[in-house]
Amino acid sequence: MQKQAIFQSKLLPYALVAPQLAIVLIFFYWPAAQAVIQSFLLQDAFGLSTSFVWFDNYLDLFSDAAYFEAIVRTFFFSFAIAVSSLSVALLLAIMADKPMRGGSLYRTLLIWPYAVAPPVVGVLWIFMLHPSLGVLSRYLREAGIDWNPLLDGNQAATLIILAAAWKQISYNFLFFLAGLASIPKSVFEAAAIDGARPMRRFWTVTFPLLSPTIFFLLVVNIVYAFFDTFGIIDTMTRGGPGTSTVTLVYKVYSDGLLGGNLGSSAAQSVILMVMVIVLTGIQFRFVERKVTY
Amino acid sequence: MVEEEGFRRYVAHAILWIGIAIVAFPVYIAIVASTQDNALIANGQMSLLPGGHFFEVYYQTIFVGTSGSTREPVGNMMLNSLVMALLIAVGKIAISIISAYAIVYFRFPFRMPIFWIIFITLMLPVEVRIYPTYKIVADLHMLDSYAGLALPLIASATATLLFRQFFMTVPDELLEASRIDGAGPLRFFWDTLLPLSRTNMAALFVILFILGWNQYLWPLLITTRDDMQTIQVGIRKMITTTDALTEWPIVMATAVLAMLPPVFVVVAMQKLFVRGLVETEK
Amino acid sequence: MANVTLRNVRKTYPGGFEAIKGVNVDVGDGQFCVLVGPSGCGKSTLLRMVAGLETVTGGEIDIGGRIVNQVEPADRDIAMVFQNYALYPHMSVFNNMAYGLRNRGMKEAEVKTRVEEAARVLELSPMLERKPRQLSGGQRQRVAMGRAIVRQPKVFLFDEPLSNLDAKLRIAMRVEIRKLQRRLNTTSIYVTHDQLEAMTLADVLVVMNGGQVEQVGNPLAIYEKPATTFVASFIGAPPMNLMSIRAEEIKSQLGSTEAGILGIRPEDFVITDQTPAGGVALPLTVEAIERVGAETFVYGTRQQDEQRVAATPGELPPGEVIVRIPGSEAPPIGERIRVAAMRAKLHLFSGDGRTRIEA
Repeated sequence: MQKQAIFQSKLLPYALVAPQLAIVLIFFYWPAAQAVIQSFLLQDAFGLSTSFVWFDNYLDLFSDAAYFEAIVRTFFFSFAIAVSSLSVALLLAIMADKPMRGGSLYRTLLIWPYAVAPPVVGVLWIFMLHPSLGVLSRYLREAGIDWNPLLDGNQAATLIILAAAWKQISYNFLFFLAGLASIPKSVFEAAAIDGARPMRRFWTVTFPLLSPTIFFLLVVNIVYAFFDTFGIIDTMTRGGPGTSTVTLVYKVYSDGLLGGNLGSSAAQSVILMVMVIVLTGIQFRFVERKVTY
Repeated sequence: MVEEEGFRRYVAHAILWIGIAIVAFPVYIAIVASTQDNALIANGQMSLLPGGHFFEVYYQTIFVGTSGSTREPVGNMMLNSLVMALLIAVGKIAISIISAYAIVYFRFPFRMPIFWIIFITLMLPVEVRIYPTYKIVADLHMLDSYAGLALPLIASATATLLFRQFFMTVPDELLEASRIDGAGPLRFFWDTLLPLSRTNMAALFVILFILGWNQYLWPLLITTRDDMQTIQVGIRKMITTTDALTEWPIVMATAVLAMLPPVFVVVAMQKLFVRGLVETEK
Repeated sequence: MANVTLRNVRKTYPGGFEAIKGVNVDVGDGQFCVLVGPSGCGKSTLLRMVAGLETVTGGEIDIGGRIVNQVEPADRDIAMVFQNYALYPHMSVFNNMAYGLRNRGMKEAEVKTRVEEAARVLELSPMLERKPRQLSGGQRQRVAMGRAIVRQPKVFLFDEPLSNLDAKLRIAMRVEIRKLQRRLNTTSIYVTHDQLEAMTLADVLVVMNGGQVEQVGNPLAIYEKPATTFVASFIGAPPMNLMSIRAEEIKSQLGSTEAGILGIRPEDFVITDQTPAGGVALPLTVEAIERVGAETFVYGTRQQDEQRVAATPGELPPGEVIVRIPGSEAPPIGERIRVAAMRAKLHLFSGDGRTRIEA
C-alpha cells in the first residue's frame, strides 16, 4: 500500500525520521544488541575480565532447576490470570451488551481499573489480604483457612493471580464489548427464532463469533501477565516466600540487581525476547487472517 | 437483540452490580483506610466506614511524607510522575507523527528499511533489555534525570504505526489541492495534516499519559535520589512487608493519589480513551 | 397453517414514544400479507412483535388461534428472513439451514432430507459446504429463505428481504418468493417500503403511517379507491396529483360540497381541448419531459396569474401536475397545453385528507 500523491525532497524526509531513528537506535537496538552479546560472555566475580563462552550461559540456565521452575510458574500464572480475567469479563460484557437502562453507566463503572498502576494494584490487594491486618483475612480465618500469603507460597501465588486478573478485567471487558457490538444483532435474533435457548445460543453462536476477540485477548493477557505483573509482585511478595512467586521478568530483574550475574541475566533477557517475538508472531498471523471461524 | 422482560433482566443488572462491587471494593477499602488511625489498622481493627482523619492524613502525605528515614513528600513524587508521563506522551507523539509523515508522503532511499527498523521495536517492551538500557543511560549521565526516565520509553513504534495508518486514509486529493494552492511539504503538514490528526493525537495522548504515569520497573532502576522518585516507586518503598511499622493510612492515601490522575482521565475522556485503546492494539 | 390476527396491538417504549398506536389486521390462512409504509412508520416494529423479538405493550397477537404475547420467539412456530439475512457466519450453508431443526431435536437423517430438499428447490445444492462469506448477495438471500422453509413453520415473516439486492435480482427474487409461497401455501407477512414490491406480492396489503394502519385491502382495490390522501400518494408511481379545491363552482361541478382535496392519477389525464361531462380540465405550461420509452411523463405548472381562468367551471387551481402519456410523443417544453380527466377517474377527499368522499 503506497500513496500516489507524494512530495519531492532530498533531505527533508531524513530530517523528519532522524529523531525517532536516533532514539530507537540508541535506546532500543544498542541495548538489545548488548543483551545478545553479553549473553555469550562470562564476567569473573570481580568484574575484571570477561571471556567469550558461547552458549554456556544458556546451557547453565536450562540445567538450572530454579529457572525451569520460573518458566513453568510464569506460564501457569499467565494461563490462570488470562482464563479467570477473561471469563469474568466475558460474563460482564454479555450482560452489559443487552439493551437496557444504565448501559453506559455500567461501562464507566467497569473500565476505570485499567488506569490503576500495577504497584498500586499490589498495594491494594496486599492490604486487603494482609495476614495480620487485612480486612478480608479476618473472614478467611473465621472460615477456618490458615491464611498467610507471606509464608505460604501457594497462597502468595493465588493472591498475585487474583490481583493481576482483577486489573485486567476492565481491559478485557472493553474489547469483549467491542467484539459483541461488531456482531449483527439480527444473528442473535435469528438464533432465538431458530429455537436456541440462551445457553445454547451462547455456545453455538456468541462464543464462536467472538473467537477472534478471545484469541486476541488471550495473547494480550499472556504478554500482560509476563511483564505487567512485575509491579504487582514487587510490591506484594518480592518474589517470595522463597521463590514461589518469581516470574521470568522478576528473575531477570533480581538476578541482575542482586546477583550481578550479567551474563545470565542477559541470556534470560534474550530468551524472553524470543518468547515475546513468537507470541507476537502468532498474533499477527491470526490478525492477518482476521476471520478464524 | 431479543427484548427480555422481568426475571432475566434483573439477573443481568444484579450480575453487573456484583461485578462493579468486585472491581470497586479494593479501592473503597483504600479510601476508607486513608482516613483512619494507623494504630487501629495495625491491630487489624480497621473499620469498614470512613474515619475522621482525612485532612491530616492527606496533608501529611502530600507535603511531608512518611515519618521513616526516606521521607519524601508525595506531592513531589506526583510532580515527577506528571513530568515523566507528559514527556513520554508528548515526545512519542511528536517524533512519531513526523516520522510517519516522512514515510507516507515521501519516496527516499532506505525508506522501507527505516520503516522496518522502527516497526520491529513494536515487539519488545523495555523489560527484556532492561540492564543494557540502564548501562547506556548511565553512560550518558542520564540517571536521576527526566530525560533518562522518558527517552527509553519513547523508543517504540505504536504511535508511528497508528499515524501511518491514519495518513494512508487521508485522500490524495487533499495533497493535490494544497499543492495547487502553492503549499510545500511543511505547510501541508502544518495546515492540513496536523488539524486532521487532532482526534487521533488526543486519543493517543490519553493512552500514553496513562501508560507513562503507571511506569514502574524503569523508574525503579534509574532513580536513586529520593527527590527524583515517581509515585509508583515511592509507594513501594513505603511498605515493608516484614516491618510492622508501615504507616498504612499514608500508604493508602498515596495509592489513592496515584490512581487519581489516570482514573480521572479514563472517566472524563472515556470516548478518546476507548478509541486510543482499541487503535493502539490493532 | 394458521391465521394471524392482530387485535388493537400497541407498542409504547419506556421513554413514552408510541411506535404502534393500535393496529388491527387479520391475515387469513395461506395469505400473503404485505406491510408497506415510509421508514419509521412502525412496520418493522410490528413484524418484530409478531416474531416475539419486541414486547407487546397492548392488545393481542394471535397465531393459529393461540395468543402469543408472552410466548418466546422459538415457540411461536414462525420463521423469519432478515434484511441483512443474519446468516451464521461461522456455519456452512448446510448448518445454517440445519441449526433450527437440530435445536428442536430433529433426527439427523430427517434434517439431511429437509435441508437437501430445500437446497434443491432454491438451487443451493452445489454450495452446501460453503460459508456465507463465500456466497454472492443473491445466494445469501436464498440461504436465508432456505433457513425459513426447512422449518415448515406456520408463518413466514420477511423483513425487507430484498432491499440489499440490485434492481434486477430484486425483481427476479420477488417472483421467486411469490411462487414459493404459493406452492408452500404458508401464511406470510412481508415488510417493505417499496410500493411496487408491495403491489405485486400482496394478497392483503396493509398501508401504514405514523404507527397506524391507513388502509387494509386487496392491492388493486387500494389503488383504485385509496382511503386517505396518504395512501393515494404512497401507492402508485409517480404519485397521484393532489390539489386543494376551494371554489364552490368546482365543488358543485364535482357533485360534492364537502370535498377539500381532489386527486387525479397521472395516467388518468389525456391531452385534449374538451372538458368531459362532470370531469375536470386544466391548462398547463410544460416545464419538463421525462421519456422512458413506453411512456412519457410531462411535468407542468399552472401559474398564479392564470387564477382568473380558475373560475371557469371544471377548471382547477394552480400547482404542479404530473401527466403520464403513452408512447414517446410529447409537447415541447414551454408549450401551453390543456389536460382533462373523466369524472370516474377523480378521487375526492375531505379537507384534512383523512376521509374519502364517494360522490
